[in-house]
Amino acid sequence: MAAPVPQMLTANRLIDGEVLYWRDGNWVSDFARGDVYDDPKAADAALEAAKAFMRDNIVVAAYLFDVRRAAGGIEPVKEREIIRAAGPSNRTDTGKQAGMGPQEPRDVPPIQL
Amino acid sequence: MPLIKDGKFVQDRFLFIPDGQAFPDDGGVMVTFDRFQSECATLLAHHRPVAVRLASSQNPEVLKDELANIDAIALEFPIFRDGRAFSWARMLRERYAYKGEIRAVGHFLYDQLAFMMRVGFDAFDVRQDFRIEEFDRAMREMTYVYQPSTDGRKTVMQIRREE
Amino acid sequence: MYRYDEFDAKMVRERAEQFRYQVERRIKGELTEDEFKPLRLKNGLYLQLHSYMLRIAVPYGTLAARQMRQLAFIARKYDRGYGHFTTRTNMQFHWPRLKDVPDILHHLADVEMHCIQTSGNCVRNVTADHFAGAAADELEDPRPISEIFRQWSSFHPEFNYLPRKFKIAVSATKEDRAAVKWHDIGIEIIKNDAGETGYRVFVGGGMGRTPYVALEIGHFVSKTDILAYIEAILRVYNEYGRRDNIHKARVKILVHQLGADEFRRQVEVEFAEIKKKGTLQLPPEELKRIEAYFAPPAFEDLPDTSPEFDAAVKADKDFANWAKTNLTPHRARGYAIATISLKNIGMTTGDISADQMDGVAQIMDDFGFAEVRVSHEQNLVFPHVRRRDLPAVFARLKALDLGTANAGLITDIICCPGLDYCDLANARSIPISMAIQKRFADLERQHDLGEIKIKMSGCINACGHHHAGHIGILGVDKKGVEFYQIQLGGSGAEDASVGEIMGPGFGKDEIVDAIERVVETYVKLREPGERLLDTYRRVGMTPFKNMVYREQMHAAY
Repeated sequence: MAAPVPQMLTANRLIDGEVLYWRDGNWVSDFARGDVYDDPKAADAALEAAKAFMRDNIVVAAYLFDVRRAAGGIEPVKEREIIRAAGPSNRTDTGKQAGMGPQEPRDVPPIQL
Repeated sequence: MPLIKDGKFVQDRFLFIPDGQAFPDDGGVMVTFDRFQSECATLLAHHRPVAVRLASSQNPEVLKDELANIDAIALEFPIFRDGRAFSWARMLRERYAYKGEIRAVGHFLYDQLAFMMRVGFDAFDVRQDFRIEEFDRAMREMTYVYQPSTDGRKTVMQIRREE
Repeated sequence: MYRYDEFDAKMVRERAEQFRYQVERRIKGELTEDEFKPLRLKNGLYLQLHSYMLRIAVPYGTLAARQMRQLAFIARKYDRGYGHFTTRTNMQFHWPRLKDVPDILHHLADVEMHCIQTSGNCVRNVTADHFAGAAADELEDPRPISEIFRQWSSFHPEFNYLPRKFKIAVSATKEDRAAVKWHDIGIEIIKNDAGETGYRVFVGGGMGRTPYVALEIGHFVSKTDILAYIEAILRVYNEYGRRDNIHKARVKILVHQLGADEFRRQVEVEFAEIKKKGTLQLPPEELKRIEAYFAPPAFEDLPDTSPEFDAAVKADKDFANWAKTNLTPHRARGYAIATISLKNIGMTTGDISADQMDGVAQIMDDFGFAEVRVSHEQNLVFPHVRRRDLPAVFARLKALDLGTANAGLITDIICCPGLDYCDLANARSIPISMAIQKRFADLERQHDLGEIKIKMSGCINACGHHHAGHIGILGVDKKGVEFYQIQLGGSGAEDASVGEIMGPGFGKDEIVDAIERVVETYVKLREPGERLLDTYRRVGMTPFKNMVYREQMHAAY
């Protein structure tokens, strides 16, 4: 029987849309710091625990996704999750890959109306 | 379920009697369309307030010949996204000149109340914890309307032409 | 262009506060995400791959300079300094926070803009010919009736919970630049035999999983009757459109299932009643009142040719190239319509930076342009440019990196954001379109190839309009790997047609070569005067298929 595919858990923060990864009963923004579950039971338990954050309106759309172990470390299997963890591939100057999370509105002078 | 009519909580004149269950001795009853159709004579002979509950897939034209005898029509929202009842309510008011109560039942949102009033609903079966101030607020969210509807409210086009 | 009066202005303000209350209730948990989602969609707010995305309405693709400046302000203050123009001529920001959106809506209201019904199961932004008011071949400006549709559809109490989205487009020329037959309702403004101007109404066009070209339902609907007619169509759809299957819920399914005759019959029943009631008859004075907002600028009496223009063509190769492709004849002598390409080679199609937005606004102020247009092909348009000003305008555009001379050429690609941004996508689209642009960058070659409309979508929802591409490309997910399918022979013009799928798809390292072979086939087989679309229509799929897959067959051995 094949070994189960390792999984991680992700969601978006409600208030600002930030992509988050589950770690030890809470959420982090950095994919590399997220918990990896080799045991499907543990993965399901994490998802259950994460649902409390959905009920409390902290995050939305929590789900498990497949990852694999590669030379450079843990990486997502699907392209979608690779992009979600990094940012848009056409704009490497923005998104997590550029260290950008959601930020406070910038101090920009209004235009002459 | 709390019932709102004329902007306040009111007593429900009707008791919903599921298909197959016997009617109480008196008082208003609400029945499904199927039951209304099969027991119409009995119901009307009793001279009691009668309400019919329609599913969202049911075109109210099925009631068109009996409207004079129906005191209220409940239009179902199985889920708030199912917006057919907005057209059914308008049809009842505008095509069939129905003057009885049109009640919204099922799953719908605060955010739909103002639209419902515009298309002819005048009674709302709301959540247990619904506060009446919410109803007032819903009615006041948008001051003007662009298009004519059942409520006969003056549209912006009309106001502009008067000025 | 239309200017809000106190009523329009109050509507957009109240809408912003209405949304603020919805956000508050969501955060408190008084609304579940399932309940909140349709409400936020009706304010153009999606939850995407990385963050929220906000879609701002640009009604019939028309913007004033100060509106462009305000978009730049919002891009800088609340976003990452850029925005994206879509195939429905709207503006999208990819990075707003939910908590800031009510404030953003107020900033938009400050310049008579909004996000009302840019998504959700309701009537969406009404689009029109991007050359409106300027084109030589136009019967009349399609935008006044579009504005009337906008008002009629906004907060419509009966049609805010439709089975699915509903899109309307308006054109007033024989050559259809608004792709009306691809819309749920497409309106062609025409003259009947009696010389009256009215509307030909098409219903049931749409992209997605089951693409359809719209059918004629209203042969000639008068101006007085048009609102009643449209309302009748929406009512039949609201009542009988499918709600059991999200993929079968558009009006195109209903129209094609009932057939044009039966659908028309049902519409006419409703129409007769609505018309009898009289409240939706459109008074001619009202149409005239709205038309006044769209009166064209006072055109100067200018000669046909301009020495400044001619000299610049001789002296400046870049300008000469740009003038060759990016200009369209104007109805006023001495003027031209200028297309501003947002398709720089290797740039994300349809994206524009805050600096570029400000730059465009400044050009508008300096040259007295009251409006800029957005086209469904994701380019901008200055509708009324004096020919003698073209060299100076071009120089300013070039300095902003907005001088790419590729309007209508193969690198003028329409492309959705795809998997780089979109939660619905199966594959990335932007890198592929960039790679195609780079492959065909040589301008001489582009001119030789002529008009080739490549349209690309990252998933079957078809926001890139790939079904209407001369070459359409669809991104799919093949066992977790990005894969690309080619279609040929689609058209978004008055000769609307659905592209035909060529065959098995290609990996991301093969797709550009495959496109190259499609183009080579065209070059090999074309007859004088034929575009790629024409050659395809003449010879069919087989020669293209053979050429494109021949390499693969060799590779298999």
